[in-house]
Amino acid sequence: MIRSVESTGHHDGGQQSQSPDVAGGNGHADAAPQVVRVRILRQDAPGEESYWERFEIPYVANMNVISILQQVAAQAKSRDGRRVAPVAWDCNCLEEVCGSCTMLINGRTRMACSALVDRLLVESADEIELRPMSKFPVVRDLVVDRGRLFHSLERVKAWVPVDGSYDHGPGPRIAPENQEDAYPLATCISCGCCLEACPQFTKIEAVRREDESADEFEARRNAAFDKGFVGAHAISQAMLFNGHPTGKMIADERLTALTSQGGIQMCGNAQNCVAVCPKSIPLTRSIARAGRAATVWAIRKIFDR
Amino acid sequence: MAQPRVLVIGGGLAGLSATMRLAELGINVDLVSLVPVKRSHSVCAQGGINSVNSLTRQQGDSEWKHFDDTVYGGDFLQHQPPVKEMADWGPRIVDLMDRLGVPFNRTPEGFRDQRRFGGTLFKRTAFAGATTGQQLLYSLDEQVRRWEVEGKVKKWEFWDFLEPVLDDAGRCRGAICQDLVTMQFRAFPADAVILATGGCGLLYGRSTMSMVCTGSAVSRAYRAGAWYGNGEFIQVHPTAIPGADKLRLMSESARGEGGRVWVPKTPHDPRDPRDIPESERSYFLEERYPKYGNLVPRDIATREIFDICTNEGLSVEKDRLCVYLDLTHVPRETLDRKLGGILEIYEKFQGVDPRVVPMKIFPAVHYSMGGLWVDYEKSSSGGLVEGSPRNQQTNIPGLYAIGECDYQYHGANRLGANSLLSCIFSGLFCAPGVIAGCDAGGKKAAEESSRLFESGLRREEERHRALLVRTAGDENPYDLHQQLGNLMTRVATVVRRNEQLVAAYAEVCSLEERWRRCAVSDSGNWTNQNVVFTKSLGDMFPLAKLILKGALQRDECRGAHYKPDFAMPGIHSTDPAEKRREAEAWCDRFEASTRRWLKSTVAKCGPEGEPEISYQDIDTSLMPPRPRLYGLVGGEEIEEVWKERQRAAGVGGDAQKGSPAYAGATS
Repeated sequence: MIRSVESTGHHDGGQQSQSPDVAGGNGHADAAPQVVRVRILRQDAPGEESYWERFEIPYVANMNVISILQQVAAQAKSRDGRRVAPVAWDCNCLEEVCGSCTMLINGRTRMACSALVDRLLVESADEIELRPMSKFPVVRDLVVDRGRLFHSLERVKAWVPVDGSYDHGPGPRIAPENQEDAYPLATCISCGCCLEACPQFTKIEAVRREDESADEFEARRNAAFDKGFVGAHAISQAMLFNGHPTGKMIADERLTALTSQGGIQMCGNAQNCVAVCPKSIPLTRSIARAGRAATVWAIRKIFDR
Repeated sequence: MAQPRVLVIGGGLAGLSATMRLAELGINVDLVSLVPVKRSHSVCAQGGINSVNSLTRQQGDSEWKHFDDTVYGGDFLQHQPPVKEMADWGPRIVDLMDRLGVPFNRTPEGFRDQRRFGGTLFKRTAFAGATTGQQLLYSLDEQVRRWEVEGKVKKWEFWDFLEPVLDDAGRCRGAICQDLVTMQFRAFPADAVILATGGCGLLYGRSTMSMVCTGSAVSRAYRAGAWYGNGEFIQVHPTAIPGADKLRLMSESARGEGGRVWVPKTPHDPRDPRDIPESERSYFLEERYPKYGNLVPRDIATREIFDICTNEGLSVEKDRLCVYLDLTHVPRETLDRKLGGILEIYEKFQGVDPRVVPMKIFPAVHYSMGGLWVDYEKSSSGGLVEGSPRNQQTNIPGLYAIGECDYQYHGANRLGANSLLSCIFSGLFCAPGVIAGCDAGGKKAAEESSRLFESGLRREEERHRALLVRTAGDENPYDLHQQLGNLMTRVATVVRRNEQLVAAYAEVCSLEERWRRCAVSDSGNWTNQNVVFTKSLGDMFPLAKLILKGALQRDECRGAHYKPDFAMPGIHSTDPAEKRREAEAWCDRFEASTRRWLKSTVAKCGPEGEPEISYQDIDTSLMPPRPRLYGLVGGEEIEEVWKERQRAAGVGGDAQKGSPAYAGATS
């Protein structure tokens, strides 16, 4: 049963009301369903048991998974009419550029904002399935802790080592083809899709001990992260900065990171990363480049001794 | 003595640039953000960042002209010294971002490429594809990560700012914040607190803004006594993609790269737009503003699009307001290279390739020109004194505001690609003054007695607890938010009418009353997004009220604030003598309006949470205000009369070199 739909089911009574959108053009106009059914894998907190909960919400043209979750929060009732706490999830920009809303939608890792319901219903007409990412610790429901992802950017020193922010004139001249080569890598939104899909990237979940300070816990957790695979996104960022005229001044430090524990040698070449990247970043090209650079660098190191 | 410690709230462009500069100057920074800073709303900025550059300089451009375009675009509502300082810093800032590795588009010779944006005739805008904000943010995020590794910066991501802590002398000594995962409260003693928390688009329900842009942090500072300036000036961007959950931005750069706005001359012409011949299309912006064409400032473009759809009935669709934004004449290769990111957004969310089929767009709430009132110290050359603790400081000593959440740079209307500049500029520039201000507080905040912080902690814990136990109420916060958004969108965007504003104010008060009966559906104390949302919804009402009251009281048209009842009609006569008389009358009215209304609106939170509004004079000592016509067809006579008056009065400066423009003539 659907409850409290009258008050919250329609997004706007105003000028941009939900008339059939010609621009939408998904070919489902004839068979638009009345409701959308969704099952969500929930978990109240880290370490708790997970459980499925089902929801049913009114169908609106051009919905995405975000609007489903907004509606789930608003009605706060499960499909069988029980009052339940709203599902927690991460989101921000809703236009696939902030990287917040990654989840497993119908089993596939992707962004909730750009997952359009009409297309999902083609995949599974009965029910849409939402699960949290499996390679990161669940915080609650669909919210996971992706701190490891940002820590990997520290590991590979993903920055240009400038002297500082005082004025030193413009940056180096860069050929347009080099900019065009770098730009796609620079559009990585740190969503974590490539890590979720990677067979070599496995979950590391550290739990804070009672006798441990926050700083001690963080140090222990980061040490655990440092042993795990850095993943495609960080390898690609390392290549981005190793290709930059100033960034390459610490290229060796990045290669050191990429050839130590959890580095490039862990890549099993499954190529899942590039297949799931929402920004179509040439991740496997970055990995191949990193592999070659690491080999050359290792040989050079032998001769430099 | 303890080292000074600064608390920065918000990790977008402004917060990160301040953090980077402070760390570089040896200050320890706590950086609090609702989301991982790399996911801040700045990522949504698309088109580019403005500054004079070596190319435009040789075409007659200068920092002064950038300054002039900015104040003219803002309808002269800004204090001019900070704007001048920002324009002067523009070239250095773009150079810096270039050094930090931002992949700006390049010319064949390897220099930074530039494009033209609205409200200027120069190609001043450097860009990285159509994701410039993302690229600028990432490069600052990377530098701040470097400082984090160095131990100078401590990030507190997924934390919410709840209130500033003020000492008995009224000086800000830190803040109370809440961990959004564990829901625990914590006091952050700080010798200065910098708010860099962005805009308040969520007051309007759906907008181009991200979900964190609730305005709650600013509202909390406002209720603690910080003044709010120019609240009624809300930018409605001309071109957005309507959506059920969000109105997604379609960057001005689409027009900067040649995009043309048009409607079929036949209302709701059912033909495929590609089959409609040129002669049956109205390129209404180009027709009315031949000089600036599709690149008139945003307030004007928005009003024209709104007008053609609502008053002239020429919306492309019958049941939904929209016009065409057409890029199909631009070569695909150019589009992919310069606009790829935004065209992909359109394609992804609309399922139509804008390289082949004209886009359907409509205006949407986009930017808050208003924000926390901040001070500055003027230098003898008309800019700012670097290192003055007054720069970017709110009326509360020790509490600063930078970026979109201050009111200082954009007046009544912001020019495209100036926001990224103002965010980075205010962040970098304020740092030395903030440090100087840290010493003004006497003993360091870390040495303050814990009593100072305990009362704030207790107040916030109590506020939170009171919300949690309200599970039995009969109001739904998400529903109320939608009603607030629909109301604000209806009365306080493109067209404003006093009777509607009066009614809306009463309605906001009643929504606020109903909010007190909101039930939270989650009474738990772990990642409780429900209670956090309900709390931030409660913070929207004070801001909504000051916007409505400011709009109600301002009986004129200025930039984004447009009241048809107070618009100045254009010249209609064809008889030369009569035309002249009308132009004289027009200029008389313009002068009267300038005397009466060229003032900052300053809202103070009253004892009952009601806005108390006063007006402050504006420093226009560098560039005298002039009518804002942008070469409108039919505005030549007004221009002529205005020039004569300026010559007679012996004023004008550079003003005569620019082209007078005026936004109200289209009524």
